[in-house]
Order: sequence, then structure tokens, then C-alpha cells
Amino acid sequence: MTQTSSLHTLARRAGAATPPVVAARVRGLSDRAVAWLFITPTMLLLLAINVFPLIWTIRLSFTNYRANRPNAPLRWVGLENYTSILSDPDVWHAMQTTAHFVVWSITLQVLLGFGLALLINRQFRGHGLWTTVILLPMMLSPAVVGNFWTFLFQPQTGLFNHVVAFVSGRDPSSFQMIGDVTLAPWAIVLVDTWMWTPYVMLICLAGLRSIPDDLYEAAEVDRAGPFRRFWSITLPMVLPFLMLAVLFRGIENFKMFDMVNLLTSGGPGSTTEVASITLKREAFEKWRTGYSSAFAVILFVTVFGLANIYVKVLNGVKQR
Amino acid sequence: MSARSGRSRRWPRVLRRRPWENAATATIGAGAAMLMQPFSLDLYGWSFAVILAGTAAFLVVSHFPE
Repeated sequence: MTQTSSLHTLARRAGAATPPVVAARVRGLSDRAVAWLFITPTMLLLLAINVFPLIWTIRLSFTNYRANRPNAPLRWVGLENYTSILSDPDVWHAMQTTAHFVVWSITLQVLLGFGLALLINRQFRGHGLWTTVILLPMMLSPAVVGNFWTFLFQPQTGLFNHVVAFVSGRDPSSFQMIGDVTLAPWAIVLVDTWMWTPYVMLICLAGLRSIPDDLYEAAEVDRAGPFRRFWSITLPMVLPFLMLAVLFRGIENFKMFDMVNLLTSGGPGSTTEVASITLKREAFEKWRTGYSSAFAVILFVTVFGLANIYVKVLNGVKQR
Repeated sequence: MSARSGRSRRWPRVLRRRPWENAATATIGAGAAMLMQPFSLDLYGWSFAVILAGTAAFLVVSHFPE
């Protein structure tokens, strides 16, 4: 009661302190109008930096525009850019390279991340320290990761080559992780797995912590063995979280650019040229802006479609 | 409450959200697989149309009632 009256006093004082001109303008506004007043600047900013460029890109994708020749006459080419992208074997190859990168990195991240989460979920001495150590790679910038793994992969001086040489007995300079046509696609998978396994582990850990202990106790009463408990309780309960991790990493890796560009720049040849690097080359090396806009639209629609599935799975996890 | 249930009553039973959303999701997934598969250039050529159709369908059917 006292609180209400003091709030009223405070409101009266604030009202008295408001300049008459401002007060006259604001007094007649409804709650909805005030809400619109607050969100309008944000919406305008979003329209300017997200929606307008998107609409402009869609428009450019139907033209022969080249950014290095801004004064050249603009020709409307219809769906020509789209048809040439969707029948180009080089772009198809880039998509396959992307698929190799996405599928293998996600498979490894899920297996390792889930395994680590199962280990970290147990209580042991130094549990907090190990969790922090495992999470460290995820906190680094992809640019930093790309640069220092380039040094680690150096054939003469790289630590990675020397460790492999120590284990396998081979000469460290006998193989090049980022210079070899066979090994380079695996090098980017390895680095991405090293960096993002902790993220998958975190999501799996959240799933494991959400399983009620009663279920395991009931399983023990029913004399279920460790494998049976894992198969019938742990895996089904963590599965929605795993799906979430797979979709999120899938979307991120589908549009991966920075780390791959710093590690291999798409080379040797075009063996690690993922879709985003092809897009960058078309847009800023060949200056085919209209063509690359169409390619960007294709990638955008794919990511948007996958994001819809992601939101659907996320809602399923929330409802649990 | 009554208006909402009235709307659900008027809505055709076939157009429930869940199965249509699942179908749209499957279409998007199939399109993404077609985009990145290494077997057929023709499948790759049709992938964008399939993804676009799936995404548009998802946007529409996600507004269907449960």
C-alpha cells in the first residue's frame, strides 16, 4: 500500500518535471503508440542494413550488373544467372566440397562432443578445470584459429606434422596438410572439428543434465544394464538437443568462409573451394556482381529453409 | 476462445499444421540433399526450385492451426 502511494508520488513528480511541450505531445499517446515509438528506430536500422540490401541483391540477381563497371548499361537478364549457376559443373563441385566439409565435420563433432559430454557429466576431481580447458577453442576467433593452424600445418616446422611423424614414424616434411590435394579437405574438417566440438559438447551436456534421475533409478530397479540405460533413456532424451546441434553447425558450416579462406583460400587448385569462397571469387575477383547475387540468393534461400527446420526443432525442445 | 474454436471448426481437417509442416521440412531437406549430392547434375539443377518450394510451403503451413 505504502509502495503504491510512493509510486504515485514519484509519477506525479516526474509528470511535473516533464517540460510542458513534451508532456502535451506524449499525453495523448496510447501504450501501443509508445511501444511503436520505441521500436521504430531499431526497425528502421534493420530495414536499412538487412532488408534493403537483400531486396537490392534479389534485384541485381536478375541483371548483368558488374560492380567494377558501374556506368555500363544495365541489362535485365531474367533467370539467366540462376540457370547458368544451376547448370555449372564448377559450382556443383563447390557444393560437393561444401557437402564433404559439412557432413564430416558434423559427424566428428557429434561423436566427439557427445562422448566428451558423457565424460564431463560424471563428477570427478578437476571437473570444472577440464570443462574450461575443453571450451577454450570455441572462444577463439576463427581468424586466429585459421592463422595458427596454418603455422601448425607447416611441413618443416609445424607442430602437427612433428606429432604425426612421432606417432607414425614418417618424415615430418613428407606430407603437407594444406598443400596436398587429398589431405587439404581433411585439414579444414580437422580444424573445424577442433574448434566446434566443445560447442556440441555444451549442448549435449545441457541435454544430459535435463534427464531426471528418477528414470535411471527406475531402470536400475528393473535391472537394466549400462548399455540398455544408454539406449533407452540417455540417447532418446538427448536426441532433440543433438538435432539442434547438428542443424546449427550444419547452417554455420554451410556458409563457412573465414576459417577456410585463411587456412587454404580454397586451394590447392579448387579442392577446398567451398560455396562461400566460390561466391567471393565470382563477386570480387571476376566482378560478376549479377551472377554472384543470384548465387547469394540461392545460398540465402537454402540457409533460410534450414533455419526454419532449426526453429521447428528448437520449439520441440522448448516444449519438453 | 469461442471465436478461436469456431475458426478451428471451420478449418478443413486435412489442413492441420503438423503433417504439412513435416512435408515442407522433408521437401527442404530433399532440396538441400539435391543441392550437394555428387551423382546427378540434373538433380542439382532442380535443387533450388525444390528448396524454394519447400521454404515457401513451410511459411504458409506454419500459419495453419494445430
